[in-house]
Amino acid sequence: MKEHVKNVVPATTDLSRRSFLVGTAAIGLVLGYAGVPGIDAAAAAAPANFEPSVWYAISPDGLVTVTCGKADMGQHVASTMAQLVCEELGAKWSDMRVSLASNDPKFNDPVLGAQITGGSWSTMMNFDAMSRAGAAGRMALTEGAAAAMGVPASELVVRDSMIVHPKSKKQMSFAEIVKSGKATKTFTPDELKAIKLKTPDQYTMIGVSVPQLDIPSKTNGTAKYGIDVMLPGMAYGAVVTPPVRFGATMKSVDDSAAKKVPGFIKAVTLDDKTGTTSGWVVAVASTYANARKAAQALKIAYDGGPNAKLSSQSLLDEAKRLQKLEDSGQFFVKDGDPVAAFGSAAKVVEAEYTTSINIHAPLEPMNATAEFKGDILHIYSGNQFATRSGAIAAGAAGIDPKFVVMHQHWLGGGFGRRLDADMMIPAVQAAKAVGKPVKVIYSRENDMTMDFSRPLTYQKVKAGVDGDGKLIAISHDVVSAWPTARWGIPDFLTPSVDKKGPLDSFTVNGADFFYTVPNHYVRAIKNELAHNATPSGQLRSVAPGWTFWAVESMIDEIAAATGKDPAQFRISLLDGAGKNDGGAQRLRNTLLAAMGLSGYGTRQLPTGEGMGVACVSSQERASASWTACVAHVAVAPSGAVTVKKLTVATDVGTQVHPDNIRAQVEGAALWGLSLAMYEKATLKDGGIEQTNFDSYTPLRMSQTPEIAVAVIANGEKATGVGEPAVTVVAPAIGNAIFKASGARVRALPITAEAVKASMKA
Amino acid sequence: MPTLTINGRSLSVDAANDTPLLWAIREQLQMTGTKFGCGAGLCGACTVHVNGEAVRSCQTMVGDVAGKKITTIEGLSAKGDHPLQKAWIAEQVPQCGYCQSGQIMQAASLLARNPNPTKEEVVAHMDGNLCRCMTYSRIQKAIMRAASEMRTASTTSSERRPT
Repeated sequence: MKEHVKNVVPATTDLSRRSFLVGTAAIGLVLGYAGVPGIDAAAAAAPANFEPSVWYAISPDGLVTVTCGKADMGQHVASTMAQLVCEELGAKWSDMRVSLASNDPKFNDPVLGAQITGGSWSTMMNFDAMSRAGAAGRMALTEGAAAAMGVPASELVVRDSMIVHPKSKKQMSFAEIVKSGKATKTFTPDELKAIKLKTPDQYTMIGVSVPQLDIPSKTNGTAKYGIDVMLPGMAYGAVVTPPVRFGATMKSVDDSAAKKVPGFIKAVTLDDKTGTTSGWVVAVASTYANARKAAQALKIAYDGGPNAKLSSQSLLDEAKRLQKLEDSGQFFVKDGDPVAAFGSAAKVVEAEYTTSINIHAPLEPMNATAEFKGDILHIYSGNQFATRSGAIAAGAAGIDPKFVVMHQHWLGGGFGRRLDADMMIPAVQAAKAVGKPVKVIYSRENDMTMDFSRPLTYQKVKAGVDGDGKLIAISHDVVSAWPTARWGIPDFLTPSVDKKGPLDSFTVNGADFFYTVPNHYVRAIKNELAHNATPSGQLRSVAPGWTFWAVESMIDEIAAATGKDPAQFRISLLDGAGKNDGGAQRLRNTLLAAMGLSGYGTRQLPTGEGMGVACVSSQERASASWTACVAHVAVAPSGAVTVKKLTVATDVGTQVHPDNIRAQVEGAALWGLSLAMYEKATLKDGGIEQTNFDSYTPLRMSQTPEIAVAVIANGEKATGVGEPAVTVVAPAIGNAIFKASGARVRALPITAEAVKASMKA
Repeated sequence: MPTLTINGRSLSVDAANDTPLLWAIREQLQMTGTKFGCGAGLCGACTVHVNGEAVRSCQTMVGDVAGKKITTIEGLSAKGDHPLQKAWIAEQVPQCGYCQSGQIMQAASLLARNPNPTKEEVVAHMDGNLCRCMTYSRIQKAIMRAASEMRTASTTSSERRPT
């Protein structure tokens, strides 16, 4: 696997090595970045597959089609990219269209140098490139119009896809300029960099909630997802997966009963050299219904392999064992000396926090369609990581990744699940085996039991307070499977501060908080047993989904132990000293906004009710949004918790689309609630026990509380909003439960039993 | 070969009687607006109407619906302009959108028999439809908006005002 992936290791491509081309092709005006001739040395340093790229085109009818290199899984990022281009281009919103990029490296993210969608990175990392692309197009069109009209370009005004010369009242539409063939300007990298972008007071599109371009197609059944692909002569594949999540091997396959299923073609045993799957068979038939029947008719004998006896409890036991070892893991943060500080502390607070295995379960089950045409392998799917998934597909086919074309579709939910490429393997190997295109669709049972899940986590946090009640030390150990290490891409790992080799920062992000704590250790410990038995993935919000559960619960526990109001205690820790300058103040302000909107501390709540706070710098320290939550809960004597209201404030810097930010923050907060209260997967005998939405139970409409969202747009750079609100809700609820009932819960999901047990204690 | 009456057309499908209606619609008729989510009647993504009632097409066999009137999202309105579809756009409901055909079909069956539902009736009727993006509050708002528009349309059909 590593070898294939290595060919496409995301290397940061430098925008300065590219020039911007504007030229009139037969189809219209094409605008994009291109390799700069004459700087061979720089070009040689770039990835070998670096090619000219295209962000948008204007057709002779004036329609502007933006090609989105990010996966659109409901965050409307394609529409957002179009909005950024549109702002600077000066087009009319109703002229904007979007298309989804193939895996051609020319569509790589301008900052990340690969096609990957996650981390709430897309808007912040593409804002500048899309803005410059739009502005360069406007300048080219303006010069073209000036030449055609015979007037100075400086006297022209661009608005709503029209270029107007107010003095002479002459005007040309974008369509007319494109048809005239007069837009021919080329930009050098320096010229591109020198383009003066609009200042916020000049914005007419950014900050406006324009209608999302993808929404109409999602109300009438016409939006095409990967599962909707239909190819002439295609067959269908249903996978049969072993009872063990990973490590089982097949002893025998008996297809005699399957052969009696009408339309049955073949049972294909996967030979997965990428190491993504183990012990899988795909039943191929003329229809999906027949493929499922055939799959059920296959009699397969397995060797359960090394993980066949493992359970959630054994993974947790192993985590506890590892945490106790002094030399376990690597340091992610190592400030001061907590161990010495604990020795002199007036009070020490210790606690263990856990989170269960969680399943992505996007509503569109995993699927992929593979088709070999000549030398080219075509993959049709919705995928968040085309760069790596194309390589995995190539690995499954035994060909070079450059011969794989990924046809991107709308994603019926992603949430990190579609960063993985397991679905490529059965589709590719089945298509190869039967000599026709094959669409493989997972059953919901396949999808749940073979998820690259959010790993089970165990965290031990110890805090020291001095005689004045000041927090002087925190040591924080995080034990989990390492989802990102599984990718085998060194660039995604982080050097440890104690130089013990790279660590998976996507297991500890968030633990490097913005509170001022002079002595602070964070240790990342890989639970190898869990890593092998439950191959984990990135689930919406990734590490901050568990690190802030621990940090924000512990901060509350310290406040309680020292008799302080938990919100005021947080504010005192967010003093912006040293490395926390800037971020800490923004987080403090966000917390104050949430407190204000919720009425925190302003009124007496009935007995059994309480408000709890939490504030987070998700997703990563370097790319944080600032999010705070006040949860209002009622706790019954039985321990049953009712979440009455969630108030979420978030500082996003610049808001491109206010309504979309609200939609994302609300969805993320409800994800946080769902993970906090309703979603739990368990491992037994090496297999995930939950198989469908009867046993794995995400939030439904009847469980949705009132939500209030405050968006702070203070003119700083745009941050991401898809994930951060996931992370703030669970600790806010836990802290509210404590306020309401005195019960402290430390395990997610929160159960009535755990609340009741803690009330008694 | 069973014949299905679907969106006002009579279409024969090459599928055994015990084939789930979902797969006949999607594969045989290539109407892909109806979605597969769970295969067990637990999520509602595959919701269609049979004689006006919302049913889960993954749990409905082709042989059981012969001669009955089937409506899918593609046939809910001529131009995608059913009041619910318009309300879904006005409220900008969909995120990933995958569940929304099922949500709209489920909601349409409610409004057809109850033009003035309470919030509680909406929740009770919609609770079997999962939205993994959790757009629930917008779904509720859109249903209320559509209900209001439909009531206005039926009482003052000559001078309708946009809602």
